[in-house]
Amino acid sequence: MPIWLFIVVSVIKSIILLFILLTAVAYSVWLERKVVGHMQNRWGPTRVGPFGLLQPAADGLKFLFKEDLTPPHVYKPLYIAAPMIAVVFALTSISVIPFGNSVTIGGYSIPFQVTDVNTGLLLILGVTSIGVYGVALAGWSSNNKYSLLGGLRASAQMVSYEISLGLSLVGVLIMAGSFSLRQIVDAQAGHFWGFIPRWNIFHGQIIGFFCYLIAAYAETNRVPFDLPEAETELVAGYHTEYSAMKFAMFFMAEYANMITVACLATLLFLGGWRGPVFGPPILQAILPVFWFFVKVFCFMFVYIWVRGTLPRFRYDQLMAFGWKFLLPLAILNLIGTAVAVAW
Amino acid sequence: MLHLTLFLAFAVVAVAGAVNLLAQRHPINSALSLIAVMAALAGEYLLLGAEFVAAIQVIVYAGAIMVLFVFVIMLLNAGVEERTNGSRVAIVFGIPGMLIGGVLVAWAVLRSSGGEQVAIGALPGPPAEIANLLFHEFLLPFEITSILILIAIMGAVVLASKPQAVQKRKEH
Repeated sequence: MPIWLFIVVSVIKSIILLFILLTAVAYSVWLERKVVGHMQNRWGPTRVGPFGLLQPAADGLKFLFKEDLTPPHVYKPLYIAAPMIAVVFALTSISVIPFGNSVTIGGYSIPFQVTDVNTGLLLILGVTSIGVYGVALAGWSSNNKYSLLGGLRASAQMVSYEISLGLSLVGVLIMAGSFSLRQIVDAQAGHFWGFIPRWNIFHGQIIGFFCYLIAAYAETNRVPFDLPEAETELVAGYHTEYSAMKFAMFFMAEYANMITVACLATLLFLGGWRGPVFGPPILQAILPVFWFFVKVFCFMFVYIWVRGTLPRFRYDQLMAFGWKFLLPLAILNLIGTAVAVAW
Repeated sequence: MLHLTLFLAFAVVAVAGAVNLLAQRHPINSALSLIAVMAALAGEYLLLGAEFVAAIQVIVYAGAIMVLFVFVIMLLNAGVEERTNGSRVAIVFGIPGMLIGGVLVAWAVLRSSGGEQVAIGALPGPPAEIANLLFHEFLLPFEITSILILIAIMGAVVLASKPQAVQKRKEH
């Protein structure tokens, strides 16, 4: 493929992906409000459009037209930079996620992925670990005690749970023998006894999946680990002083991170785009992407379900759980997998 | 050409970040400049074909260690640093030391500019190759380093738990 065509294709893919991702972000907010509403015997949004489907658009417009307040006591450069850091790194990490196999257009094989990096998984981990600064700096630069406490909690929590998150993935890496997300999915092809798919979650990585699930909830600051923004004690935590579009950027970053986590879980544990593929060629090209989105949707639904079910941890419980239970469990899973693979 | 441009761009970011690290008066700005230096170095590693080292550089240094730095600065609420007009130690040892260091680096660079270029991918960069080297050829140094780190961790635990032990003794 000539270089100019490569650049054109990459730009088009990036734009499409960004569009899909932002739409998904908007509608996962809608989904969350709807599902949590029904869990609490309410309707959730119903007024804007059928089933409240236009609610995200209304919210977006509201955020755009709200007054962008900057409190006088903030440290301005970082106060402005923090939401940008959060949202940029949240959106960047999606770039190495493969959504399906490749399609052949005009003789060139184009994969459903912006770029296939050898160390794709490490890249995602690196980018998300940089994303912490958005929250931490927002808390610090707001010059407000609640914000500062939120930022401190966020950085301590993310550093603690990142270790368990990383270790829970190593089992999958040992089984696939690669950091490339595409190869990890390819390693999960096939079935046991003809009908149970060889996804990693059915292939001895159920504990790894459990560790990943919990650590990922903590990494994305979601219930039951949403201490950085615990509204009952910290007003709104790190984003107390933010309003309008800057607040919306934190919101977008949180949901984009959730989607990345869901995509990663799908790729690493749930077989990626693997699923029954049949029918004419056009359907065969689309079905893997469809299965991928179905799995991501299920993961997102569990996310919301957990939010509607579990109460928040206390801070000492959070730390004790992360270091004394989750980390040893992840290490045991790693040792077990290594022994099993070597044997 | 593209390679050289990227190298220079990352180098400029790294050097500017390092200078800014010293020039800034607020600790948090210095910490953030250090993060920029680390990220730029990761870019340079990537240009050398060392993708694994680049990723680890970002995850470990920029993502974990610097978060702890920022955490400590936030926790202590460290304010703007006092500015002194250059201490005597800096003048007596710092400037000559810097000059000697600069001359040494320049000498080393000038001496080795014999056109011995290494193509990208000629040296071990991918994770599998690094793992092979680490766990076969350099297994002993690797294990010794890990024991060293283990000792450091144990030391940190002992240091962190000391006040409690003292307190208990006082209570008895």
